[in-house]
Amino acid sequence: MTTHEDQVRDPAHEALPSPHRRQALGWLSAILGALSTTAAGLPILGYLLSPILRTPKNEWIDLGPIEKFPEQQTRLIDFVDPLSRPWDGETQRLAAYVRRTGGEKFQVFSVNCTHLGCPVSWFPQSGLFLCPCHGGVYYEDGSHASGPPPRGLFAYENRVKEGRLSIRAGRLPTLQEPA
Amino acid sequence: MRSPFGTVFSWLDLRLGLRSAVWPILTHPVPRGLGWFYVFGSATLTMFTLQIITGICLAVVYVPAANDAYTSLLYLNNEQPLGWLLRAVHYWSASGMVVMLALHATRVFLMGAFKYPRELTWLLGVGLLFLTLGLAFTGQVLRWDQDAYWGIGVGAAMMGRVPVIGPTLVHVLLGGPNIGGETLSRFFGLHVFILPALTIFVLVPHLYLVVRQGISSRPVPGKVVDPKTYAAEYERDLAEGEPFFPYDVSKDALFSALAVLVVFALAISFGPKGPNGPPDPTLVAAEPRPDWYFLPLFALLALSPPEMETAIMLVMPLVLVAGLVLLPFVASRGERSPRRRPVAVLSVVLLFVTYGVLAWLGAVAPWSPDMTAWSGTPIPPHMVKDLAPLQLQGAAVLQNKTCRNCHALDGEGGKRGPDLTTVASRLTRDELIRQVIQGGGNMPAYGKQLAPAEVEALVSFLGTLQTPGEPSPRAADAAAR
Repeated sequence: MTTHEDQVRDPAHEALPSPHRRQALGWLSAILGALSTTAAGLPILGYLLSPILRTPKNEWIDLGPIEKFPEQQTRLIDFVDPLSRPWDGETQRLAAYVRRTGGEKFQVFSVNCTHLGCPVSWFPQSGLFLCPCHGGVYYEDGSHASGPPPRGLFAYENRVKEGRLSIRAGRLPTLQEPA
Repeated sequence: MRSPFGTVFSWLDLRLGLRSAVWPILTHPVPRGLGWFYVFGSATLTMFTLQIITGICLAVVYVPAANDAYTSLLYLNNEQPLGWLLRAVHYWSASGMVVMLALHATRVFLMGAFKYPRELTWLLGVGLLFLTLGLAFTGQVLRWDQDAYWGIGVGAAMMGRVPVIGPTLVHVLLGGPNIGGETLSRFFGLHVFILPALTIFVLVPHLYLVVRQGISSRPVPGKVVDPKTYAAEYERDLAEGEPFFPYDVSKDALFSALAVLVVFALAISFGPKGPNGPPDPTLVAAEPRPDWYFLPLFALLALSPPEMETAIMLVMPLVLVAGLVLLPFVASRGERSPRRRPVAVLSVVLLFVTYGVLAWLGAVAPWSPDMTAWSGTPIPPHMVKDLAPLQLQGAAVLQNKTCRNCHALDGEGGKRGPDLTTVASRLTRDELIRQVIQGGGNMPAYGKQLAPAEVEALVSFLGTLQTPGEPSPRAADAAAR
C-alpha cells in the first residue's frame, strides 16, 4: 500500500501522475464510455424495435359497391393494403373472401388459415374452405369444420355506407390479434 | 544462397511471426488412430466457407427489395452468367452444411467428446447448430417466392401464439403490420449480416477450444473420463501421437474436397431451387412447403393433437435447447465409448428414426387435401361401367362436391380421408348417409351442401364400391335397398 508520504520520499514515483488523477481518468472513461454506448445504442434499438412503437392499426378499406357481390355467394377479392410501403411490390396487394349473407349483411374472411397462416381455398361446389398445408377445413360461414385449426376463419370488421362495402384490414391476423 | 521464396518468407516471418505463432498450432500433436469419423467438423467449416463466398457473389446481383427480389432471382437463374450455378451451389451447400453439422454433432455425442474438459466446446457447438438453422430459415425467406411468403406467415403464426408478447414479436419479426418490403429487408439483414457475424463470433472460440483442448482420443471401452487423471492420460496419448499438419489434416482435406465435389455435382444435376411462383398474396392457390430440413416440423404440426399444439410449438424447442445445454454438465465424466453407453446410442437411433419418419411424412403430406383432384382426377372407368343411371348420377355428385380432394379411388386423389374404393364393404347404407350428412371423424358435415336427391344418388354410387368377389353382409344390405 503506497501512501502520499512514500511517493514524496521515492523520487522514482514523482514522475508518474498522481493516483488520484489516474483514478479520475479511469472513472471518466467508464462514464463517457457508458454515455456514448447509450447514445449510440438507443437509436439503434429504437430503430430495430420500431414496429412495437408504432402499433399497427387496421384501416378502413373500400371494396366497392355492394352490387359486386351476389347474395349467398363467396367471392375472392383483392385490395391494396393501406399500411403497405411503396416498395412492397406484389406483397402490397392482399386478398380476402367476401360473403354476402343477405341484404347489407356481409362476412369478410382473411385468407389465412387460423392454424398456421397458410392460404385457404374456397370451393363453392362443396361450400368449404380447404387449407393445403395441414388440412384445415371451414364451412362457408367461416366456422371450423375439421382439421387442426383452433378456431374459425378470422373475420374483418365490415360496414356498408352509401351502398359501398368497406373492411378494416391491413394487419396480419394472428390468434391473439384476430383480424 | 537463399531461394527467392525463402527471402520473401523471412521478410514476412519477421513481421508476422508465422514460424513462432502459427506453425506450433498447425503442427500440434493429435492422438493416433483417429480414423475417418473425425472429418465432419472440418467439412461443415468447408461448407460454411463455400456459403460465404457464393453468398457474397449472389448478394452482388440479388435485390433485397420486395418489388424486385423475385425478378432478380429469375435474372440470376436465366440471364446472369453462371448465376444459376451459384444459386444452386448456395442451396446444395446449405443442405450439405446441415448434413455435415448433424453428422459432426452425432459423432461428438456418440464418442463422448463433449465430456470433461470439452464442455464449452460443445456449448458453442450447440450455438452454431441453432445459428445454422437460423441461416437456413432466413435464406429460405430470401427466395421471395410463394413458399417464402407463406413460410414467413407460418413463422409469424407460431410466434403469435407466444403468451402475452406474441403479437409484439410478430410485428418485430415482420418489421411492420404485414409481410412486405420491410420483412424482406429484415431477413436480408439477418441472413447476410447478423447471423453470419454471430456464427463467426461463436465459431472462432469453438475452433480455439478445439486447438486448446486438443482432439479427443479415440474412445476405448472401459477407459473412463475422470478429471483427476484425464490430463495425464491425454498427455500420454499425445506423446504417441502425430502432428496435425501435414499428416492428419490430409483426411480432413480429402473428405472436404469430396464434399465440395458432391455439392457441385448435385448443383449441376438438379440446378437451383426455385423461385416457385411470385410472392403474390392474392394467388391463394399456393401450396407452400418448407425446405427439407424443416419437413419434420411441418409433419409434427399436422399430426400433434390440436389442444397440445401450442405447448409443442413453444415448449418442445425450449426442452430441446435445455437438454443440449445441460448434457455436458450432467454427463461430463464416465465412459466415452458408444459400446458402453446404450442410452446414448438408443437416443441417437430414436432421434434419427423420428426425424426420418416425420420428414418422410412431411414430404408425402397425406393430411393435405389434393386441391385439384375433384376436377383433374377422373373416376376409374371400371368403377362406372354397367352402373344404373342413379348410381352414375351419384358418381357425378362425388366428383362435383370435391369429395375426391380428400378421398382417393384406387389410390388416386387426396389421402386426408379414407380411400373409398371398397367403402361399401365397411359401411352400411345408413352409416354412409349418416357420415355424409353429419360428418364426424375429421370429416365436415355435408348436410347443408347436399340436396336429399344428391345424397340418395351419392350413397347409391358408394354402395357399389365393395371388395370384388366377396360381397360382405353390409354390401348386401346396401344392395338390397
